[in-house]
Amino acid sequence: MVWAEPAERRIPPILFGTVVFLASELLLFGGLFAAYFALRARAAAWPPPGVELDPVLPSIGTALLVASSATYQAGVVAGRGERLGGLRRWVAATFLLGAAFLVVQAIDAARLGFTVSSDAYGTMFYALTGAHALHVAAGLVLMLLVLLRAAQGAYRGGRVEGAHAVGLYWHFVDAVWIGLYATLWVLR
Amino acid sequence: MSARGAVGWLTTTDHKRIGILYCLTAFGFFLVGGALAGLIRAELASPGQQVVAIGTYNELFTIHGTVMIFLFLAPFGAGLINYLVPLQIGAPDMAFPRLNAASYWTYASGGLLVLLSSFATAGTGAAMGWYAYPPLSGPRFSPGVGVDLWIGGIALVAISSLLTGVNVLTTVFLMRAPGMTMWRLPVFTWNAVVTVVLGLLAFPPAVAAFALLFLDRRLGGSAFDPAGGGDPIVYQHLFWFLGHPEVYILILPFFGVITEVIPVFSRKPLFGYPGFVLATLAIGALSIGVWAHHMFTTGAVDNPFFSAMTFTIAVPTGVKFFNWIGTMWGGRIRWSAAPMMFAIAFLLNFLIGGVTGIMLAAPPLDYHLNDSYFLVSHFHYTMMGGGAFGVFAAIYFWFPKMTGRMLSERVGRLVAVGMFVGFNLTFWPQFVVGLRGMPRRVPDYPPGIGFDAPNLVSTLGVVVMSLAVLLFVWDWWRSLRRGPSASDDPWGGDSLEWTTSSPPPEHNFSTLPAIRSHRPAFDQRHPELVR
Repeated sequence: MVWAEPAERRIPPILFGTVVFLASELLLFGGLFAAYFALRARAAAWPPPGVELDPVLPSIGTALLVASSATYQAGVVAGRGERLGGLRRWVAATFLLGAAFLVVQAIDAARLGFTVSSDAYGTMFYALTGAHALHVAAGLVLMLLVLLRAAQGAYRGGRVEGAHAVGLYWHFVDAVWIGLYATLWVLR
Repeated sequence: MSARGAVGWLTTTDHKRIGILYCLTAFGFFLVGGALAGLIRAELASPGQQVVAIGTYNELFTIHGTVMIFLFLAPFGAGLINYLVPLQIGAPDMAFPRLNAASYWTYASGGLLVLLSSFATAGTGAAMGWYAYPPLSGPRFSPGVGVDLWIGGIALVAISSLLTGVNVLTTVFLMRAPGMTMWRLPVFTWNAVVTVVLGLLAFPPAVAAFALLFLDRRLGGSAFDPAGGGDPIVYQHLFWFLGHPEVYILILPFFGVITEVIPVFSRKPLFGYPGFVLATLAIGALSIGVWAHHMFTTGAVDNPFFSAMTFTIAVPTGVKFFNWIGTMWGGRIRWSAAPMMFAIAFLLNFLIGGVTGIMLAAPPLDYHLNDSYFLVSHFHYTMMGGGAFGVFAAIYFWFPKMTGRMLSERVGRLVAVGMFVGFNLTFWPQFVVGLRGMPRRVPDYPPGIGFDAPNLVSTLGVVVMSLAVLLFVWDWWRSLRRGPSASDDPWGGDSLEWTTSSPPPEHNFSTLPAIRSHRPAFDQRHPELVR
């Protein structure tokens, strides 16, 4: 089969597909944010009286996630430059930062005085942070797969599209968190 | 190399086999949904409760709607998209063949869960209607596991749709053969592109709504419970943000089907290809801005805005009718070919469905007709009179390509006439009882107020349709084994799939013709006409 363009000039299908996938994922969070703001608009007091939100731990979490996007990208750059040891170390560092984020989030949630069943605010708070935490956890699993494939000898010769696709996903999860942080702790 | 026999089918990553699996599974769901409709019509044939209990009746219409929308029509479209898109763009397979298989199995598992949500839950089945409005679908009024299984099943179908969308877009944008520019894409593939884009846009917010509904049901949440500061109207917004584009997800592949069929059987090129493509894009764009016309009577939405948007979407649909009629105009039409008969029936039925849609788009009329049988009849004229007739047009058109055998022309004509007569006998009387005030979703009605005769005629119509469908299934089964062999191009087709063998080899094409227009197969047959 002859293609219109030489292979190296085409967009790798996995990156194209990942971007389409993330565009759709954005609308999942879009739906949750829409519900959050619709309920916020009709509430007399939001957050409800008695809800204490301490921004310290979530701010630490934000710093961890933003740093993790940088470390992952450093890994992709190392992989493109055929430094596979660098790719493995940077991805492992990203994994640790992501895991630390989840730990910080769990500690923060344990200190909050409300639950899913407290009221609509509680339901939306945990729906948003919970959906995000699940996406972080999925990202951690994907990074383990990247490390496993790297150990099996993938990504040789700078062909790191698969690891790059996981990186796009990870940046997306990071960006969603910044929106969440701004909504739940800054804007309130 | 693919494995043989049943194992080969179960483990396949070939887009053609996956497409056929989708179509067969979806057609199985069509028969299930049809049987449920038969029970509904049996109950409504005459006043009084004869056939089923009230609770069972609620489950029947819930699962009928869910099956026909999410498990039959949309997946049949997905099956055709799977089968045809790589062939029509001259590609050897989809961009991600294993992801494609995962899409199919996710859909099949979701379908199984939806069926279980009713049949395996002993009186606690999903009985809240296919759009699952809270509070009826909430923990207080639907405490059983039926709704939870339903949510799980639909979520799996949504994931399947997402994976298919990623795959189809990547395939169309990155894997077209040399010469196959976007402005030479076959019209079915154009409709497939817009269909999957709508799926990618519309399903995720609905999944968000289903997730919140699950939190409300099982973890004591109150996103949709006013007692805890929630709002059921928020659910309606998120649901119809899916629900309305969903009807275009259902119909666009079949707009594509009849737009492939009509030129071939009119022996003319499609009239106004660019206008048709732009109309398809316009329908896609407008369809995500009309959702709240399902919510006119809530008093919580801006009725004039959503009414105007809904009127507007009739314009590109009208452009498509212009394309279809303009294509037939002056053509040497093969009236008696089964695919063409179904396509013409599609035009007649869908026109009635579209015009009654314009009526419902006017809030004053909608206040009167909302949730009446008029509405039921309206969407059956689009979804069944359009969509399901498109399914049959597609089967009669591509069966020779998929199997290498011909269906019987004579039986096909009989099926088409039987379906058309039975369909209109069933649904025309429902406009009448709807205007007379009969509400939807009731198992009974009092005698002597003008409901009796139309309901009886409607039930008789279902008998006629059922016979036609059974006749089709018999012919399909017979032709599959003993039908006459099909040539590579039995109809004189336009698009690339007609230039390869019937059925195509595993890698689709050994040689590709030069692609210089949106009718490469026609150009190959008539090199003297190519400039």
